Amino acid sequence: MSQTITIKAFGMVAEKIGSAELTLENPGTLLALKNQLATRFPELKEMKFGFALNKKMLTSDSVIPVGAEIALLPPFSGG
Amino acid sequence: MSRFERQEILPGFGMQGQKKLRASSVLVVGAGGLGCPALLYLAAAGVGKIGIVDGDQVSLSNLNRQVLFGEKDLGKNKAYTAMAHFKEKYHDIEWEVYPEFLTVENAEEIISEYDLILDGSDNFPTRYLVNDACVLLQKPLVFGAIYQHEGQVSVFNVGEDSCNYRDLFPGMPAASEIPNCAETGVLGVLPGVIGNLMALEAIKVLADFGSSLKNKVLLFNSLTSAFYEVEISPQPISSQAPQSFEELKKMDYELACEGVRQLSWEEAMGKMNPGIAFVDVREEGEVPELNCTGLLKIPFSNLEREKTQLTHSEEILLFCQSGIRSQKAAQLLIQDFPDKRIYSIRGGMNAFKKT
Repeated sequence: MSQTITIKAFGMVAEKIGSAELTLENPGTLLALKNQLATRFPELKEMKFGFALNKKMLTSDSVIPVGAEIALLPPFSGG
Repeated sequence: MSRFERQEILPGFGMQGQKKLRASSVLVVGAGGLGCPALLYLAAAGVGKIGIVDGDQVSLSNLNRQVLFGEKDLGKNKAYTAMAHFKEKYHDIEWEVYPEFLTVENAEEIISEYDLILDGSDNFPTRYLVNDACVLLQKPLVFGAIYQHEGQVSVFNVGEDSCNYRDLFPGMPAASEIPNCAETGVLGVLPGVIGNLMALEAIKVLADFGSSLKNKVLLFNSLTSAFYEVEISPQPISSQAPQSFEELKKMDYELACEGVRQLSWEEAMGKMNPGIAFVDVREEGEVPELNCTGLLKIPFSNLEREKTQLTHSEEILLFCQSGIRSQKAAQLLIQDFPDKRIYSIRGGMNAFKKT
């Protein structure tokens, strides 16, 4: 089974990452993923955004299963 | 035959659905890129009463997406102009117009008059204010927002165990984190798509038809035409949310989101005194000019160099064309002058009414 996970980035998070989709080695937990993203894309540290694991919004640290899809969801304000 | 015949014969909607729509009322916050298309379909569908709250005026750059307005409407209030458009089309809707922005002072009175609120505003302070007021009043809220090529839609406060905006985004972002349409540009069709989805959600909730986006957020990308849906779940009540209107009235949403105090032209005029620095941060050549004794002109691009002119003023009032550069100027000046009271005038020259 694949040990990678897919990151789907939205809005300004996708801009900072430079891509709307990214494949990563599974870091194991949401907290580990947050740290990894912050190291690789320092601009993300300044931003507020939510995480969805397999299309469910997460509110606390969580184990990331293999093959998972994690969406990075910033708020939008425009209208 | 009624003008709703094709809905009344629609399976699942029918006469019952139409009756429910006719008996209901919707408040549209912001007659802009989202509000305009949403209003088109709410009015066409036959919602009984529609309120529009918007203190802004139509400007030329709005016309690629704010489809209720035309070239002859430039400078007119959006709420009134939108209503006038519909009064020519339909005789059977009750209209209420609020040519002002939603504030902590007027939110309870305005929102409590309606069955459902549709938030088409364009800034975080208003979005959190609308959400908190709807939570306190237990009013269903159809939420929609856009950023560049993407949009979000959801429905809050519908029945038991229903999420609200703070369950999705608990922490208020700073304005500087996310630029708005004025800074990033937008293709008019995107708010058209999202505004239509918002009208659809409103009609579903009011007519008890289909299943709404309760506890879900739907994302749309106009570049790829892809949709993405995420489930959300209700969280314990946020400690940052007001627990009563008494608390809500004391909140400063603009300060919390942007770190900048804002005021209206009316409030600004009331503050004028010789000790205050009143500053136009627009670049040279931007019109209309404002001529007023004691007005300082410090273009945003020269702010760093010329800020020493402000050293002796206790209070500083800043304005620009639309109210965005003046917010940024205020954020910069707060760093240099933490003890001064620094304000940005909401809406800039676009919101200035000739009296």
